Amino acid sequence: MSDTSRRSDDFEAAAQGSPEQIAEFDDHHRGFVGTVQHFLHVNPSLVPLIVLVAAIVIFGVLLGSKFFSPFALTLILQQVQIVGIVAAAQSLVILTAGIDLSVGAIMVMSSVVMGQFTFRYGLPPSVSIICGLFVGTAIGAVNGYLVSRIKLPPFIVTLGMWQIVLAANFLYSQNETIRSQEIEEHASILQLFGAKFNVGGAVFTVGVIFMLVLILVLSYALRHTAWGRHVYAVGDDPEAAELSGVNVHRTLMSVYMLSGLICAFAGWALIGRIGSVSPTSGQLANIESITAVVIGGISLFGGRGSILGSLFGALIVGVFTLGLRLLGADAQWTFLLIGILIIAAVAVDQWIRKVAA
Amino acid sequence: MKLARLAGATALAAAAMAGSAMAEGETVCLITKTDTNPFFVKMKEGATAKAEELGMTLKAFAGKVDGDHETQVQAIETCILDGAKGILLTASDTSSIVPAVKQARDAGVLVIALDTPLEPIDSADATFATDNFLAGLLIGQWAKATLGDAANDAKIATLDLAVSQPTVDVLRNQGFLQGFGVDLADPNVIGDEDDPRLVGSDVTAGNEEGGRRAMENLLAKDPTINVVHTINEPAAAGAYEALKAIGRENDVLIVSVDGGCPGVQNVADGVIGATSQQYPLLMASLGVEAVKKWADEGVKPENTPGKDFFDTGVALVTDKAADGVESISVKEGMDLCWG
Repeated sequence: MSDTSRRSDDFEAAAQGSPEQIAEFDDHHRGFVGTVQHFLHVNPSLVPLIVLVAAIVIFGVLLGSKFFSPFALTLILQQVQIVGIVAAAQSLVILTAGIDLSVGAIMVMSSVVMGQFTFRYGLPPSVSIICGLFVGTAIGAVNGYLVSRIKLPPFIVTLGMWQIVLAANFLYSQNETIRSQEIEEHASILQLFGAKFNVGGAVFTVGVIFMLVLILVLSYALRHTAWGRHVYAVGDDPEAAELSGVNVHRTLMSVYMLSGLICAFAGWALIGRIGSVSPTSGQLANIESITAVVIGGISLFGGRGSILGSLFGALIVGVFTLGLRLLGADAQWTFLLIGILIIAAVAVDQWIRKVAA
Repeated sequence: MKLARLAGATALAAAAMAGSAMAEGETVCLITKTDTNPFFVKMKEGATAKAEELGMTLKAFAGKVDGDHETQVQAIETCILDGAKGILLTASDTSSIVPAVKQARDAGVLVIALDTPLEPIDSADATFATDNFLAGLLIGQWAKATLGDAANDAKIATLDLAVSQPTVDVLRNQGFLQGFGVDLADPNVIGDEDDPRLVGSDVTAGNEEGGRRAMENLLAKDPTINVVHTINEPAAAGAYEALKAIGRENDVLIVSVDGGCPGVQNVADGVIGATSQQYPLLMASLGVEAVKKWADEGVKPENTPGKDFFDTGVALVTDKAADGVESISVKEGMDLCWG
């Protein structure tokens, strides 16, 4: 009896010899790797920027002035303008922990509407453009409604929408291409984004400027407006966002509608780039934009990353594509390297995530 | 009671429908790579019209995208099950489709490859196609004759289809190079030639976007390119936009293959110098006729003498005829164009 009572009094015995220190933060002793990790965590577009600069330097050394000229470097901008614009739309959706597989289809559909409304119904081209922009926004709104109100997963909604819009695009256009010459003659405003100007050997197009301005504006809006903070909050944790007073439905609707509108602008830019209105364009734009976003360091799990990174991501792909072609490498090497980059980018993202914010 | 009557009526209706299906005559299947490409749209039109004329039933199938092999195999299986007399096939994957084709032939179905030869070519009972090598050869000869002496120091770019070098791509590319007088090295491979006039080649996926990008890449390599071979007319239109962007659209010769209506119109406008036109409608209608003959008389179609396929013809379309190269005018081309 006394034995047991003595033992029951001895609770603390088991804790003897364990550290007596209490929990504490030791942020200040991170070491070099930790510091880098923390710095990258705070500036998510830095990794793709470093890769981009490194790629430009490497190809510049290998190819000399052929690659490292204002002409070639701005050519890369022209080649990535469509993917860059679409990647901006994709970034917004991915920041809300969604994904938009219908971006390319919305882009093509909008360009077909702009072309066919002008040439089939004889509407003034500027009106057709507004119709095209409206169609893009409307498709985005349907996506947004299904995601935020009906609570369907974005992957499923946009997977379905991709097929619906693409099929509608082929049915409506009757697979008919409107030729560049006709557009130039009767509706040159459709080719506005292709208009170019020289700045000391560098060639810029309206489409390239549009892409850069769009990304800067979105970047500002995401960092410095309430709407931007809501987008990040919804992507990070929609329940917590809701509880802290964010209107999740309205935020999601705004993101998907804006995404649709940006894709419609991409459709307009597409006409400028290829001259004609072709219903077969842009079918891989969804994959290409996701590639740019992932390489650009935006987390597919939402709430993390900078839209500037997506631009760098698109540019990295563009630099590799042109650089390898100039070196005379088989096109397969481009795909192989981009595949490696995608996996590396996600690995780096996971590593950075290990830092507490 | 009611239920029994309903069942009876249904059975009667089913029997009537079966009867009407019998009256429709034999079934012929058309399996294309996609049902969105105007080339295949035209093919379906030709087959439908001919089947109607001959009192046959046409069933059309297509892959979802170019390269969708799986759906084509399913389509072949469906046609065998359906008791089709013949299958007209444009294969997405020319060698992997062979076992499925063998299965159909073993079941007594006549299989005719349209447009795209299988590998090996005799895996099908017959092949109705354009001579793609000849199509390339014609534009090569035309480009050489048009340039005259300048052909000896031309700077040539070839805009091809895909990295996998499908047969149609290789045939057009190599035909063009031979026509232009370039030593082919291995005629089954694109890109192994060592003629100094060749600047390089790039892939386009056969559309405007790819054509523009590929042309830009090659111009970055050598801005003095003055002869461009393109796999088809959409790629040519894209290449033209790239040339226009640097102000060289008037001093570069673009040649192409296909003969679609927008492409022929581009020849009229001087975007493309010349194009070789092929005839999808004819391929399909001749195919349906051959299946009818097989069904009625058990006779299989024969090859064009000297070739291992039935040649459905090709014609060079240009308004700038060159000496020694046979061609038709843009007007004639417009009358025969598709898409």
